[in-house]
Amino acid sequence: MSKDNPTLIESATFPRHVIAEIQRAAKTGIYDIRGFGAKRDIPTFDDLVFLGASTSRYPLEGYREKCTTEVILGNRFAKNPIHLKTPITIAGMSFGSLSAQAKESLGRGATIAGTSTTTGDGGMTPEERGHSKTLVYQYLPSRYGMNPDDLRKADAIEIVLGQGAKPGGGGMLLGQKISPRVAQMRNLPEGIDQRSACRHPDWTGPDDLEIKIQELREITNWEKPIYVKVGATRVFYDVTLAVKAGADVVVVDGMQGGTAATQDVFIEHVGIPTLPAVRMAVEALQEMDMHRKVQLIVSGGIRSGADVAKALALGADAVSIGTAALIALGDQSPEFDDEYKAIGSAAGFWDDYQAGNDPAGITTQDPELAKRLDPILGGRRLANYINVLTLELQTLARACGKSHVHNLEPEDMVALTMEAAAMAGVPLAGTDWIPGKGGI
Amino acid sequence: MTEINLDKSSVRDLNVELQGGSSGDKFSVNNTVGKHALSVGLTTAVNVEINGHVGYYCAGMNQQANIVINGNAGPGLAENMMSGEVRITGNASQYAAATAHGGLLVIEGDSSSRCGISMKGVNIVVGGSIGHMSAFMAQSGCLVVCGDAGDALGDSIYEAKIYVRGNVKSLGTDCIEKEMRDEHKAELKELLMQSKMNHGVEEFRRYGSARKLYNFDIDQVDDY
Ligand SMILES: Cc1cc2nc3c(=O)[nH]c(=O)nc-3n(C[C@H](O)[C@H](O)[C@H](O)COP(=O)(O)O)c2cc1C
Repeated sequence: MSKDNPTLIESATFPRHVIAEIQRAAKTGIYDIRGFGAKRDIPTFDDLVFLGASTSRYPLEGYREKCTTEVILGNRFAKNPIHLKTPITIAGMSFGSLSAQAKESLGRGATIAGTSTTTGDGGMTPEERGHSKTLVYQYLPSRYGMNPDDLRKADAIEIVLGQGAKPGGGGMLLGQKISPRVAQMRNLPEGIDQRSACRHPDWTGPDDLEIKIQELREITNWEKPIYVKVGATRVFYDVTLAVKAGADVVVVDGMQGGTAATQDVFIEHVGIPTLPAVRMAVEALQEMDMHRKVQLIVSGGIRSGADVAKALALGADAVSIGTAALIALGDQSPEFDDEYKAIGSAAGFWDDYQAGNDPAGITTQDPELAKRLDPILGGRRLANYINVLTLELQTLARACGKSHVHNLEPEDMVALTMEAAAMAGVPLAGTDWIPGKGGI
Repeated sequence: MTEINLDKSSVRDLNVELQGGSSGDKFSVNNTVGKHALSVGLTTAVNVEINGHVGYYCAGMNQQANIVINGNAGPGLAENMMSGEVRITGNASQYAAATAHGGLLVIEGDSSSRCGISMKGVNIVVGGSIGHMSAFMAQSGCLVVCGDAGDALGDSIYEAKIYVRGNVKSLGTDCIEKEMRDEHKAELKELLMQSKMNHGVEEFRRYGSARKLYNFDIDQVDDY
């Protein structure tokens, strides 16, 4: 219904954005490719609340009684597991999709906050290695820029099987972002669209994955933790198979996870939300008696300390952030509102990460735009943001009486909606009913 | 010459020993019985002779080393090789030299499907024939085939070059036959010489990218 004219009724089937998309498709003949994550309304961690301590449990004093946040990742087979001060890590985002300055900012921020950052499609840049105390190296289907020297320089290796924004899809870097440096790193001509394969070129299936993990360990002297990252779909089976194949850490990325460039139809219609994905992953680990032995990192739509606390309470060991980290650096900043408007968007709505004309200078390879982001300031902002999330996480954990954030448990939470109760496997508030689990 | 017998030594022992070798050192590896990840991640110009069949990823990510395999290989032989030379006297399974950046892989026998998939600068010479979808999304480097090539050769190829002496069952999308100019003949001659293949360059045809898929074009969508 229009605000100004109550006789104008907007169709629920054909609202304005649907009409606009039909018009756009008819005009251009190509599907919409964009960045950011799913925009539709889905059940999230917001649908869960904590039950603070009271008569039956006692809380811990804020700032006085210890609530530790350290996490160790990858101590199953690797000689050198990763030690982090906070369970909030930076997700893999490629140099190519992001500017060199943005990658450097992520490295600086993560290092100040005592956490890790991750490379992405396109390989490792010296800036990123230099500024990241702990760097996870992604091993992707495209193998752009992949080489054994960088593999050995990494602190951990993440084999990417999929991404929440596009499970089953490959990557795309459109010609306008292929600068000479990006082209050279990827061994391709400048200015052409670069497609990253959707599956690995030298193996298929979990039995091959086990041998691939063996090869990577042999090449890196069994020192580095091996992560396996999957987009959330058949999470129970995928986590089971990754653990069987020998992963030290499993990363599960929910459907609302961000992307640099993917078809809108893929972002919005493939994969399951992060909320059920965490529970399914934890069930898989528990079934194998591997919970806390193989660590679980969860990503996709993590924005606040509350999200982190809820993911941990459901059984994750750590989380990863992508979109929120870019926003902390300056993405969507009102400072650039006029420029966002000039390219047909607005601060808070901008999702054309693929276009290369990012006013905030983050998702671009244009040297002039990229200069707008000062890596020292960017790093500081990111560190501040991670520190806030960590403080919020501790606040909630203390309220539940936990002296380590990993002591949070599903029993500390209830759900506000039936959907969330069913997906997260915690009772609907005020009942002991978990849909699908019986009860009264 | 150091001998390593995989009856007694583990794969881990083998790779530690080979990775620790110095330039010019010679190793012979026996009783391989199809084990995986043999002789991977070498970084110096050691000489390794492997006697017997090998499993997946033999010579993976090789740098500098000279590796000879007297037998057949499973999938991913010399995957992501950076430099050095790998030679196999028998056949290689799927994805030989996948994503490899440099060096020379010589397969004296046949190579199965997806040989040279996403190759990024390696040179591959196959004495026999290769399977379907070989040189898929091949970025750079040369694939020389002295026998025949299977279906969809060079599908979605970028700047890699393919030379085939025998028949090509079919070409993949965006892969076309191209003129053999003098620089190509010289390049091919050099590769045949290095790999010790006894054929005349005039017996080969060259294939490469039509470069029509480099930027998305809606009118080309039926090609995919
Ligand atoms: C700009 C951008 C680039 C990305 N590049 C990669 C990549 O190269 N490899 C990968 O596995 N995931 C990539 N991702 C996905 C992130 O690793 C992560 O899964 C996702 O951002 C998590 O969800 P969130 O954005 O809601 O925090 C990218 C995400 C963004 C926003």
